[in-house]
This record gives sequence, structure tokens and C-alpha cells, in this order.
Amino acid sequence: MAATEFAPWEDPQAKPLICFRNVTKRFGEFTAIDNVSLDIYAQEFFALLGPSGCGKTTMMRMLAGFENVTEGIIELDGADVGDVPPNKRAVNMMFQSYALFPHLTVWENIAFGLRRAKIPADDLTNRVEEMLKLTRLERFASRKPHQISGGQRQRVALARSLAKAPKLLLLDEPLGALDKKLRQETQFELMDIQEKTGTTFVIVTHDQEEAMTVASRVAVMDEGNLMQVATPDRIYETPNSVYVADFIGDVNLFKGTAKPVGEDQYQINWVESLPPLNATSSLPLNDGQSCHLAIRPEKVAINAEKPDDAVNAVQGKVVDIAYLGNLSTYYVELPDGTVIKAQTANTRRISRRSFTWEDPVWLSWTATAGVLLDS
Amino acid sequence: MMRLSWFNVVSLTFGFVFLYLPMIILVIYSFNKSKLVTVWAGFSTKWYGELLQNEAFLNAAWVTLKVAVISSTFATILGTMAAYVLVRSGRFFGRTLFSGMIYAPLVMPEVITGLSLLLLFIGIGMDRGVMTVVLAHTTFSMCYVSVVVSSRLFTFDQSLEEAALDLGCSPAQAFRLVTLPIIAPAVISGWLLAFTLSLDDLVIATFTTGPSATTLPIKIYSAVRLGVSPEINALSTLMIAVVTVGVILASLASKRNVAKMRQEEIAAVRAE
Repeated sequence: MAATEFAPWEDPQAKPLICFRNVTKRFGEFTAIDNVSLDIYAQEFFALLGPSGCGKTTMMRMLAGFENVTEGIIELDGADVGDVPPNKRAVNMMFQSYALFPHLTVWENIAFGLRRAKIPADDLTNRVEEMLKLTRLERFASRKPHQISGGQRQRVALARSLAKAPKLLLLDEPLGALDKKLRQETQFELMDIQEKTGTTFVIVTHDQEEAMTVASRVAVMDEGNLMQVATPDRIYETPNSVYVADFIGDVNLFKGTAKPVGEDQYQINWVESLPPLNATSSLPLNDGQSCHLAIRPEKVAINAEKPDDAVNAVQGKVVDIAYLGNLSTYYVELPDGTVIKAQTANTRRISRRSFTWEDPVWLSWTATAGVLLDS
Repeated sequence: MMRLSWFNVVSLTFGFVFLYLPMIILVIYSFNKSKLVTVWAGFSTKWYGELLQNEAFLNAAWVTLKVAVISSTFATILGTMAAYVLVRSGRFFGRTLFSGMIYAPLVMPEVITGLSLLLLFIGIGMDRGVMTVVLAHTTFSMCYVSVVVSSRLFTFDQSLEEAALDLGCSPAQAFRLVTLPIIAPAVISGWLLAFTLSLDDLVIATFTTGPSATTLPIKIYSAVRLGVSPEINALSTLMIAVVTVGVILASLASKRNVAKMRQEEIAAVRAE
């Protein structure tokens, strides 16, 4: 199984399809992208994730050719594309607003790029029909964009940008305008189409769930910098900074000082009145170095009695319960005022819930449950 | 239906009478049998017949039409180009100055526009005639076109043009294949506006015309100075009729389009 796994980024021999080399982009005084280097490989589904204004859209627009690079080089398939205008790049883009041409039918919208490429009429017809079939739009070919629903428009936009079989497809918040249920369906459809066509996809999104679902690798961005580039599970399980840990999912962060107590073993002194926390980390930390311990709420167990074998255990009382249907998040206040989130799956009916407000409880977690981050 | 209060009825009536009474009188007197404009002598359409015999009027109408069509076409092309550059090219040196200068003729007194054009034509030794009136009308009506088109371009989703470029269009193709078809209604109403402005302009035409090119407004004005004739009433009635029919048709067509589009959008959402 491991041999067939798709992970070109771990292969030093693999040649990237896209290569950002020390790219900086400034708009006047404002630095949108700050000295970024990044490799993206053929057939990847790559997600650029970050809050609005983090520079993810600028990265995409530079790839499409709508923005010039201030400093550095962007290579596509080994060639510098700095001076290549958007209409001459083997890159297509699916716009956030879809940007369907309102005066043309669905069929003509999809054929638009092919017509510019001056391909023979038969091939053009075949290609358009193929795209309509891929996106299940055959019935709507003769409709205008305003005559179809939002989900169908999204598929037209996808079909149109895929019609020219680009080396690279850019998707700018492709599912932002759809409601939640349709968005989830469409995520899997996107992955399916990406696999079928073998196109490299780069998606821009602010929705971490979407990025985690569809992408082979995720780049978390903040203020024009790449914070971490890794597979979704590594981003979640082993974030490399407080920013990434906090941005992706829910997290408990404890600030303290480290004390090495063995190979890769640390004690974290964090609150005077409470015992130190135990954590395992390969991060080389000095005695007394300040650090953060990040623990996901679902990795914190909640019990009425103190578990005998717990490496880390603290007592507190329940101050709040967020009931999400399948999950409940308990907000537990420690004697010093710190609030820790612990999440459990609701496998029993709510009337038989073990804990309620003001209940004294014990929270516990293992030494490997958390991630140590230097700060 | 909401009932109108007596106050609203009165103000509405007063407003409409104020607007349309003069025109109604003009229309009625165009069917007057008597040659005296102020004395009613029974119904007749003879003045319309005589109008069609009047070479001078027909000539003037022809000149006016020619000037209006040519000048509004030029004004539309230039005004659309100016609007496109001002809206799209972002910030460039002197942009504020340029946009101010494009819109200045909107508030410039016509007398001054006319006079300055006259001085220019004399200065470069251009014989005054149809050509000079066309140039003058193009100059003053292109700013109106520019205003109409640029207000449409401001609401135009720029990603449509980017999508066209992305799909392989050159910037010129993107304009021709995507931008122009979408802003066409604004361009057409710009043309209509320029056309009507040219059609009824008296002041600028008076300054810039020569003996060979008498436009209809000039002709009517000079005829009225010798006394209002029923023939002029008939001519004016015809002009009112043409304008009214044109406006009604245009608004009906656009209303029907909007209604159809809305219905189809609702149908698309329902079918989901």
C-alpha cells in the first residue's frame, strides 16, 4: 500500500509542476506576499488556506497571470512565467463569482475557450459534450446562466475551466456560494473530477473543513507568509506553530516552561498551584525555555473519578456544555480559572448524560496527546 | 389599490397640466382649419399635407436626421472608449483631471461651447456646414454617452473580463466578445441620448452651421420669428408622436425583458 501512496513531495527526485522561488508581491507600501517559496507537484490537489487578507488569493492571481510578481520567480513546468499574459498560460481558473458569460448559453460558455484555441469543429463539439457529461449538465446545454440554479452554475464554471484541459486548474473559493449540504456533496464531486481528469488543482479557501476534505496537501497562510505546508492529518496532528494549531480546529493551549526529564520527555510547569504536565516531543527544548502545549479537545478524557494510570490529570468543574448533536464540548474550569475544553462523542441519549453544569470532574490525557510548540 | 387623498389628486393634476397643457394645445391647433393660429375654425389635416409639400422643411429634417445619426454614432464610439479607459485603467497620472474634463461639457453653458467651436472652425479655416455641426454635436454629446456607459461599467463584474482572458482571449477580443455584448443596453441608450440631444439642439447648431446646412430646430426657430404657422404645429405634432412612440416601445421592450428574466430565474431555483 505504501508504494502506491501519492506523495511526490517526499520524493527528492520529483520535479514540481509549479515552483515559487522567493516570491514577493507588494501593492504600493503593502506587502501581500513576503518572500514565499513553494513547490506544487503534478496531479496534486493543493489547498491555500488562511483568513481573508492573508495573501492566498494573490498567490492564485499570480499563478493565473492577473498580478505581476514584484520579486522572485514563478515557474510552471520548468519555465519562468513572469512575462506570460493570462491568455497564453496553460492555466485556467474557476472564479469565485463563477464569471459565467450571461449572454451565452451553457454550451457556448463551455465552448468559449476552445473556440479561441481554434480547434476543429468536430473536436470542439465532442469536447463540449464530454464536459457536459462529466459535470452532468447535458439537459441544461441550451439554457442561459440565469436560467439554472446556483449548483448548476458552479458546475458550468468548472466545466468551462476544464474544457481546455489545462495543466493547472485554479479554484477561487469554488464552493463559497453554495449552502452547506450542497457544498459537502460538491467537495466529493470535485475530488472525483480531479482524479478522473488527472489535472493539478490549486484551491483557495478560508474554510478549513473544505481544505482538509479535498486536499492532498494544505498550505496555511498568514499575512503573506506560509506558516506550514503539509498533509491535512499532519497539519491537524502536528502543527508547527501556535498560529496553525489555533487556526485549524479547536485547541487547548497551555503556556509554560519546559524541563527535560528524559529522552524526548518534558515536564511543563504552567501554573504554580497545579502539578506540571508531562509531554513527549522531539523538539529540542532547553531547561526553562518557554513553550506552548497544544491539546485537541477530543484527546482530553473526562471522568468523575481520577483515573489511576493518568500521566496528566487535573480537577475542575463543568461551567458550560456545547451540545452539537453528535458531540458535546465540556468547558471545565480549573481552580486557577483556566478553562479547558474536552470533547466526547454522544454515544448515549442526552437524558443519560454523565455530567452536567457545576459537576466536579477529572480531565486527563496521555503524554503523547499534545504537541509542544516553542514560542 | 391605494386610494389617493384629495391633496395628492390635486398636486398630480396640477403637475401634469403644467407639463402637458402646452403640448396638448399645440397638437389640437395642428388640426385647425384656419390659418390663424389662435382662432379655431374646425377640424382639418390639410396642414400635414402642406408640410409634406414644403421642400425647405423636408430638407431641414433630412439634414437634422443625418447630423443626428452620424454625430451620435461617433459620440457613442468615443464616449464608450473614454468611459472604458477611465473606469478600467485604474489610477494613472492625471486620471482625476481627465474624468473632470470629460464631464465638464455637461455643465458648460451651450453658448460657450458653441462659441468656442465656432472660433476653432474659423481659426483652422474649416467651411461651416453639415461636417462642422456633426463635429460640434459629437463633442458635446459624447460626455453624456460616457456618463451612461461608465455608470454601467462600474457595476460590471470585472472577473468576466478576466475569465475571457483566462480562456485565451486577447484584451481586444475580451472587449468585443464579452464586455461589449453585456454593456450593449447602456451603449444603445447612450446612442439614443446623443441622438435626441443632437436632434433638438438649437444653440450649438446655430453657432457652427453654415448656409448649406439648416437643421430643423433652426428652421422652426427662424420660421416662428415670422409668425407661428399651423404647419409648424403639424411638424411639432409629428415630432412629439415619433418621440412618444419611441419611448413607449423602448420601455415596453425593456420591461418585458426584465419580467421574462425574473420568471426564468424563479423557475431555475424551483427546479433545483
